[in-house]
Amino acid sequence: MPHPPIHLVAALDGAGWHPAAWREPGARPAELLTAGYWSDLVQEAERGLLDAVTLEDAFALQSDDPFVADDRTDRVRGRLDAVLVAARVAPTTRHIGFLPTAVVTHTEPFHLSKAIATLDYVSSGRAGVRVQVAARPDVAAHLGRRELPPVDRDAVATAPVVVELFDEAADYVEVLRRLWDSWEDDAEIRDAATGRFVDVDKLHYIDFEGRHFSVRGPSITPRPPQGQPLVAALGHAEVPWRLIGRSADVGFVTPTDAADAARLVAAVRTEQAAAGREAETVHVLGDLLVVLDDDATAAADRLARLDDVAGAPLRSDARVFTGTPAQLADLLMEWQRAGLTGFRLRPAVLPDDLEQVTRGLVPELQRRGAFRTGYEAATLRGLLGLGRPANRYATA
Amino acid sequence: MPKQIHLAAHFPGVNNTTVWSDPASGSHIEFDSFREFAQVAERGKLDFIFLAEGLRLREQNDRIYDLDVVGRPDTFTVLAALAAVTDRIGLTGTINSTFNEPYEVARQFASLDHLSGGRAAWNVVTSWDAFTGENFRRGGFLAQGDRYDRARSFLQTATELFDSWRGDEVVADKDSGTFLADPHPGAFAHRDRFFDIAGQFDVPRSPQGRPVIFQAGDSDEGRDFAAASADAIFSRHSTLEAGQAFYADVKGRLPKFGRSRDELLILPAATFVLGDTEDEAAELAQEVRLAQVSPATAIKFLEQLWNRDLSDHDPDGPLPSVDPVVGENTIARGRASVRMHRDPVATAAEWRAKAEAEGLTTRELIVEVTGRQSFIGTPQTVADTIDRYVQADASDGFILVPHLTPGGMAPFVDRVVPLLQERGVFRADYEGTTLRDHLGLPLRHTDGASAAAS
Repeated sequence: MPHPPIHLVAALDGAGWHPAAWREPGARPAELLTAGYWSDLVQEAERGLLDAVTLEDAFALQSDDPFVADDRTDRVRGRLDAVLVAARVAPTTRHIGFLPTAVVTHTEPFHLSKAIATLDYVSSGRAGVRVQVAARPDVAAHLGRRELPPVDRDAVATAPVVVELFDEAADYVEVLRRLWDSWEDDAEIRDAATGRFVDVDKLHYIDFEGRHFSVRGPSITPRPPQGQPLVAALGHAEVPWRLIGRSADVGFVTPTDAADAARLVAAVRTEQAAAGREAETVHVLGDLLVVLDDDATAAADRLARLDDVAGAPLRSDARVFTGTPAQLADLLMEWQRAGLTGFRLRPAVLPDDLEQVTRGLVPELQRRGAFRTGYEAATLRGLLGLGRPANRYATA
Repeated sequence: MPKQIHLAAHFPGVNNTTVWSDPASGSHIEFDSFREFAQVAERGKLDFIFLAEGLRLREQNDRIYDLDVVGRPDTFTVLAALAAVTDRIGLTGTINSTFNEPYEVARQFASLDHLSGGRAAWNVVTSWDAFTGENFRRGGFLAQGDRYDRARSFLQTATELFDSWRGDEVVADKDSGTFLADPHPGAFAHRDRFFDIAGQFDVPRSPQGRPVIFQAGDSDEGRDFAAASADAIFSRHSTLEAGQAFYADVKGRLPKFGRSRDELLILPAATFVLGDTEDEAAELAQEVRLAQVSPATAIKFLEQLWNRDLSDHDPDGPLPSVDPVVGENTIARGRASVRMHRDPVATAAEWRAKAEAEGLTTRELIVEVTGRQSFIGTPQTVADTIDRYVQADASDGFILVPHLTPGGMAPFVDRVVPLLQERGVFRADYEGTTLRDHLGLPLRHTDGASAAAS
């Protein structure tokens, strides 16, 4: 039996995930706000046959501590809207999927639904969205739509406001999904004989009524090419795992080792079952921050040098992997046996560690029969082994 | 030197301008249509392309309106993707100020401006209807009288966000390790009765500083709003006399806001039909109008003014003898044009008089009052007319709306633009890289003053 394929996603953010990445010789820190920079990175990921890229975003400047703004001048600060970066890059690529981050706490599901549907059109079926909750009071003050109380750092995973925001996120995803289905695929009829452009019986009000908002529908944008673009979310605790289990097609988790990977996969599967979605495919991908080099000592030395430049050891919510692409391949295959179906790799330095993935790790996995040797599907759903779903409103 | 003409192409929206039943009519959703449309316009060296926005499918007689094109993609997303397949042409999008927040819209436009190398423009529109609000968290809460106040506040707030980065903060000096010259960039605080926000904006200053700002308001208040804060007006006065009156009025308002006449461009929407001879163009124009106003469409237009169900009315007979129902328009929802009928009974009387005098049926009357194209003729006549209008200060140029998607601009680009170029009234090639360059607009600075573009 052939080895089950590993799915690989590259997590793109700024100059890379190490705070000193922007000072590396190959870094392009003055170009982080240009289209060319992002096109080059995504095209590199596509040369490596990766499933998708994620693009980080937030309604706030970056900070060393993700929960608190800072005034550092020696780090990358400032960024572009991730959905628009994806849209700008999509026409310059042909196969790779896009999972831009979108904050759901402060935005309109109607707007995001049509934006992702449109990203699906401009990419011919390669769109998804990584939904993100924003619980910070200072971020809420940027939007002015609601006030959020400060959250105790040590109790963040169970704070009532966080639980409520994740419940709201589940409602939000439900609205996205209903709006994507609010046009049946053949609603546009262009019937010159009767003068009717659409068959109004194939357009559907979604009539979502939740605790936080209600949305009438239908969408203004017809059903996207994939039917349902992908929904992804990152989770470190039970509350976000519940969102993944209830609402997502792809969950990102942060295991420390293979046993932890098995535990996290089980936790997501429990929530998936509790939501009655056992029959659906939910990919659970492990996040790793990677520092790769041709030999392990060189990789460790590079990290040490970066830490030295940054003035502090690298800290991350994800495990930091230092080593060779072959060593990383060993680890990925071990963690895959623990139940993960793929990985989201966060390159420490761009483009260096991304190229180590595409030119080192990928050939290594291919040799082992664990990764595709060519794009086998035209859509992101297809790359992830997901069919095109039936429309929930279609009666025929 | 004669005035230079500005020209733009409006991707046809969800109204009866688009003859979707024509075999040459393609998708209005697929990206290839937008790509072709934008690339043709760029081939013609046009200033920009223009996308409208809709936030709820229109309804009439309590049903989704199905006679026109229905549905469209998301404005921002399409414009960002078009930046990838064009190099110079400006990218103008309509974005509603009622169902958005300034921080989000400002970061989207700043991002679009970065991603397009300085080609973004924002047509600021406002809406208050509860019907559209049913699709949004905010709902349709806005009192009609508040709409310009909120729009003004929204634009002011967004401007403060655009200007919150001066443009010199990002140093990105690898050697010294200094990424930012300022430890607290993008600081802002805005408080009024509509918005109470503060913090740090997260998108550094974009190539144009601010996107080019369009306004479409036509009321006295709307004109003042535009004169105070817009870079260009998307107007609907495309005839010579009405254009001149509007032009003189709005340009005349600029001094009281401390602005000069060339800081605000006036660009009416205009339609066109070309032919090899005048007769051929006139014939084709009539064909297009009849395709745009089918018998069923004529009845729907009638209902929009009469504000009552007229589905049994004969489109080939005279106008209804009953009067319109006065008051809030309840027959057609999600359609801004019904608000143009400020005195429906008087308008109905005018229509009846015109129909009687000219012996027109209902449909023929509707064709006459809604459908006449702005420019009809040979390429030479149309080029002459456009140039004459601009030199006579009826406008600074036109936003052209073809009746076919996506290829409808090609005849204009291939046949009219070269004639305007020969006369020296339209650019032979782009001279600058940003939309402000194309429009000859100054960069606008933090203190609200203007400076010459560098």
